[in-house]
Amino acid sequence: MRPGPAALCGWLALVLLTLPVSVAGQPLATLRHGVPLDEEGPAPPIPPVENTDRKRERSYPMQAPTIPHKIDNYQVDRYGHKCMTCHARGRVEASQAPMISVTHFMDRDGNFLATLSPRRYFCNQCHVPQHEVSLPVQNRFQDAEQLIRRRLDAQGR
Amino acid sequence: MKPSWLARCWRAMTSPSRHFSLGFLTLGGFVAGIVFWGGFNTAVEATNTEKFCIGCHEMRDNVFEELRATIHYNNRSGVRATCPDCHVPHEWVAKMGRKMQASKEVWGHLFGTIDTREKFLDKRLELAAHEWARLKANDSLECRNCHGFQFMDYTRQSPRARHSHSTALASGAATCIDCHKGIAHQLPDMRGVAGWE
Repeated sequence: MRPGPAALCGWLALVLLTLPVSVAGQPLATLRHGVPLDEEGPAPPIPPVENTDRKRERSYPMQAPTIPHKIDNYQVDRYGHKCMTCHARGRVEASQAPMISVTHFMDRDGNFLATLSPRRYFCNQCHVPQHEVSLPVQNRFQDAEQLIRRRLDAQGR
Repeated sequence: MKPSWLARCWRAMTSPSRHFSLGFLTLGGFVAGIVFWGGFNTAVEATNTEKFCIGCHEMRDNVFEELRATIHYNNRSGVRATCPDCHVPHEWVAKMGRKMQASKEVWGHLFGTIDTREKFLDKRLELAAHEWARLKANDSLECRNCHGFQFMDYTRQSPRARHSHSTALASGAATCIDCHKGIAHQLPDMRGVAGWE
C-alpha cells in the first residue's frame, strides 16, 4: 500500500523535529571552542611574527603589500620614522628594501612631493606584518586572473 | 709665640715618628689603605646601579619608563641590561672618566635642567647625540660587552640581519649604534641625523 499524503507529512514533520536535536547533541566546531556566548574564553597565545623577509603574493594589483618582517618597537611618530630608514628613496641602495611606491609621494591633489606625503606617514594603516598561524577559516578568494581563467574554461576556450 | 694649629700639624707630618714604630705605621697605613680603597670602590659601585640611576625622577620618569617596553628590559629569557651596562664603561679607568663626566649630571639635577618632560624632550637630541658619539668612538663597546660578534650565529638571524651583520658590521664599516639607534629609549627629533632624514 502506498502511504497517503498525510503519512508523508507526518514523516517529514518527524524528521524536521529530530534534526535540530541531533545537531545540538553533537557540538558544532566553532571558533568559540564551545565557550558560551555570554562568557569570554581564554585568550589564545600570541603567535610569532613571520620574519622571512620574502615578498608575499598580492591578491590584486592595488593591494598594499604585507610586511614580511618583525616591526617590534619600530618608532613612527613626529620625531622619527624607523621604516623610512630602509624604505626611503635615498636608503634603498644600502638596505636593498623595496622603495615606497610613487603614490606615497603624492598629496591628495596628485602633486608629487619630494618625500613621503604626510597622509601616507603611518605605514600600519595599510601595511601589516603577518603571524605564523593556520587559517581558522579557509579563504576562498579568487583573484582576477583565476576568474578570467574560469570563464574561459567554461566557454571551452 | 705659640705655633699655630696648622704649623704644628705640618711639623708632625714632616718629622720622623717619635712614639710609633715603623712596623705599626706601615701596617696601619696598609690597613687604612684597604679600608679607604674598599670604601671608595663600594661607593662607586653603589652609584653604578639601576636603583641609584632611577633615584632621580628625570631618569625614572623618562628614559627608564621608555626602557621598560623594550627587549633590553622585558624578554622571553629574562636576561636584561640595566642602565650602567650600556651607559658606563666596565673597564676601571674609563669608568672613572665617565663618572667624573657624570658629575655634570648632578649639576643638571640640582638646577633642574631637565626636570620636566618638556625640558627633557627639548634637550633629548643633545643628550642622545652624546651617547651616539661615545658609542661610535668606542666601537659600540658597551653593546659588545654582551653581544659578541664572534659568537653571532648568522643562521639564527633573519635574512636582512644576516646581510647587514655579515657585510657592514663584519668589515668594520659600521658599528652597532649606526643602525641600532633608539632601541632602548625613544628617539629624539631625528631630522638631520644621518640615515634618518
